Amino acid sequence: MRSAHIVLDGHVVAEALSLDFPGGLTTCLLGRSGVGKTSLLRHLAGLLPGSRAAGPVAYMAQRDLLLPWLSVLQNTLLGYRLRRDAAARRAAEARARTLLAEVGLGDRLHDLPQTLSGGMRQRAALARTLCEDRQIVLMDEPFGHLDAVTRLDLQDLAARLLRDRTVVLVTHDPLEALRLGHEIRVLSGSPFAVGPVIAPPGAVPRDPGDPALIALQARLIADLRRQA
Amino acid sequence: MRPLVTALGLVAAWEALVWLTGLPPYILPPPSRVALVLFQRFDLLIEQAAWTAAEMVLGLGLGLAFGAALAVIFAASAAWRRWALPLVIVSQAIPVIAIAPLLVLWLGYGMASKVAMAALIIFFPVVSSLYDGLRRTDPGWLELARTMDASPRAVLLQIRLPAALPAFASGVRIAAAVAPIGAVIGEWVGASAGLGFLMTQSLARGQTPLAFAALTILCLLGLALYTAADRLARRLVPWHSPQGD
Repeated sequence: MRSAHIVLDGHVVAEALSLDFPGGLTTCLLGRSGVGKTSLLRHLAGLLPGSRAAGPVAYMAQRDLLLPWLSVLQNTLLGYRLRRDAAARRAAEARARTLLAEVGLGDRLHDLPQTLSGGMRQRAALARTLCEDRQIVLMDEPFGHLDAVTRLDLQDLAARLLRDRTVVLVTHDPLEALRLGHEIRVLSGSPFAVGPVIAPPGAVPRDPGDPALIALQARLIADLRRQA
Repeated sequence: MRPLVTALGLVAAWEALVWLTGLPPYILPPPSRVALVLFQRFDLLIEQAAWTAAEMVLGLGLGLAFGAALAVIFAASAAWRRWALPLVIVSQAIPVIAIAPLLVLWLGYGMASKVAMAALIIFFPVVSSLYDGLRRTDPGWLELARTMDASPRAVLLQIRLPAALPAFASGVRIAAAVAPIGAVIGEWVGASAGLGFLMTQSLARGQTPLAFAALTILCLLGLALYTAADRLARRLVPWHSPQGD
């Protein structure tokens, strides 16, 4: 991304911003609430006025955005439904079933979203995002409002399923960034500036009990605090 | 069950009131008398009820079809919104009941003028409920659809329309509740058949018990229509009643 200006309701969120996202890896953008993380992600997704997506992207918002009248399987295939491409949809259906089995919803294919728990709904949303089969995946605090253990489980699942894709994940949770990010960038200020690349050692998903990780987490929290 | 007990209590009180005050039946007939007339003139009542029911159902169907079509057109086309939407809103200022005599003049004493009346009276609630629903789609769904390269047509048919069904369902309920008003007013103004026609005729002849019997059937018809519409409305949005209640 080169020299982007992000303006939201007349308020400059970022100026002359250039960012590189390494292909095939996960970059976590960490920042406090209101810093403009979501705006940056929406800019990347081409959802802001005047912004254009970098290419075909799969986008996962904070809310699961499952359509209540479609079954879990139909929701997972939403992109193919909307593009009205019957042949591609048939081809994708087997993959959707495999993905849903992987996220633990193999026996809920034909249930409506309202019958699922919050964690299950978010897993269905993850399956829908991956079913799009796009190289770039943009995720906006996808596990933000889940309970702590469910969140850890979903992070493990996401790290496994997102392997080899170029992922930009926005979060305010340092632990989440440390578990999932090959690279971490801290966003701060208004208009925001992007901090240097932090690349924690070890393969993702990293163990939340790892002492090195906990030390890094303390540093990140101190970093985030200082910007207040 | 309890509302039924209340209703029976009210009927009993009505019977007692007539009995105690000695009001003549052409002013206020007792329920027992109404029931008797209902029984004696059952064939006539059913014949007229069938006529009125047909007017209601046809009017409801026509109003729903036209109203829903216009709401979808407004949602899909900015030009229609600019050129015609204000007109539809202003048209609400016309008291539909006041044009009933005109409808009879143009469409005659037969069924057509009553169907038109019922359709007209439900037209606006149907348009506004569905159009509101189509406008208030969750922006998150629309953005998701954008990242999925959905065409405006696909978004309308696959997201906005199903998302608007709960709003449309409440429009259907309102329509079912007011459609009988349209049909009956049409009959009062000028008709050759129907329960409303029977009421005005029998009142003019001092046959008040028969008018009450017609009114009773009319209430039952309205109730049946509303129940049917409510069923249909629930069918439209199965995801709103998860326990299937």
